[in-house]
Amino acid sequence: MADDDIDLNALNDEELVEQMWDDLYDGLADEIVESVNILLARKWTPYDVLTKALVEGMRIVGIDFRDGILFVPEVLLAANAMKRGMFILRPLLAETGAPKVGKMVIGTVKGDIHDIGKNLVSMMMEGAGFEVIDLGINNPVENYLKAIEEHQPDIVGMSALLTTTMPYMKVVIDTLKEQGIRDDYVVLVGGAPLNEEFAREIGADAYCRDAAVAVETAKDFMRRKHNQAKVVAAG
Amino acid sequence: MAGVALGPDRTLLIACGALARETLAVIRANGIEDRVAVTCLPAILHNRPERIPERLRQRIRTARAMGWTRIRIAYADCGTGGGIDRMLAEEGADRIGGPHCYSFFAGAPDFDRLMEEEPGSFFLTDFLTRHFHTLVVEGMGLDRHPELLPMFFGNYRRVVYLAQTEDPALQAQAKAAAERLGLDYEYRFTGYGEFAGFVAAST
Repeated sequence: MADDDIDLNALNDEELVEQMWDDLYDGLADEIVESVNILLARKWTPYDVLTKALVEGMRIVGIDFRDGILFVPEVLLAANAMKRGMFILRPLLAETGAPKVGKMVIGTVKGDIHDIGKNLVSMMMEGAGFEVIDLGINNPVENYLKAIEEHQPDIVGMSALLTTTMPYMKVVIDTLKEQGIRDDYVVLVGGAPLNEEFAREIGADAYCRDAAVAVETAKDFMRRKHNQAKVVAAG
Repeated sequence: MAGVALGPDRTLLIACGALARETLAVIRANGIEDRVAVTCLPAILHNRPERIPERLRQRIRTARAMGWTRIRIAYADCGTGGGIDRMLAEEGADRIGGPHCYSFFAGAPDFDRLMEEEPGSFFLTDFLTRHFHTLVVEGMGLDRHPELLPMFFGNYRRVVYLAQTEDPALQAQAKAAAERLGLDYEYRFTGYGEFAGFVAAST
């Protein structure tokens, strides 16, 4: 530890969590790892470390990215730091039975190899309590169908960065319609060149302009789904 | 817009700064300097495409306020997801077709084929080769954070240099850029492709 470094162990819980928000903002992965371990040693639940420290920190990063204060490189560094923290927490979350909000299959569509946005969404969805099955890049419709059948998700997410590849999202949705399963899933789409109008035109349920919006939209759909289930059960 | 002289039969081309040199070259080659004028937006907008439509709108309105009536736009869609087209429909101007400058330089069928044969193709033009360090290395923060390289370019397989001019020095720079990114290198001379026709038809 250099002389001008902060002794993270000397901070109380509240100070340490605020320091973690700063460290995420600055993309300091080693410090995040150290802080995660300190909180766990102080008997914090993995779920609280994830939601109160990491997810909240990334939420702040997301706001400043949206407002043009942070740019993609800084967001990637922050995401990388969060990923290092998640690496410690993931097995502990599984052991402690942290609440599962829903399940999502997500992938970048055929012809497109861009995954920065998709990876951020995957990570934030996982942080929000979703089980995420990430299909990676360049996915033909068959990959989505296979994953849907195998994992029975609540949500199907598609990503594209290119104007030339975004129309492929409609191919996937039309195939779901042909197979009569479109309405069994919430379809969320995202990517820099997309907008709400495009999402409507291709028959998606919603366009998510960034990872934070994706999480809120997914949670909102899951709440509606549960409410509908309650109404059916009551009826 | 200062220094762009208005004339009764002149067309104003509002171009991406990354096309300035090429636009002037085509204008000179066609001898239409007295009929086509050029003004450019900063090329750095290449890295922030969401900002392009509004900047273009402002430039169009400024030009109209100065008396320009014939205005054409030398921008492709440039990652705006139809944003430029929606704005142009409102402002009443047209642009060169295609999703990117790579497409109109290579020609749409060739560009589509290149993308189909390898979706992980990263394209360079003369401009992007010249300014690779500023726009890519510094623009993406790779100079300060080399650890970001796999996150940005891990899924790419090759650099395709679509050359507008035959310049051995630029070819060496493009090859070095590919090496810097850890990608295969491919060279294709395209000339000005469909862009030449667009500029020449702007009189």
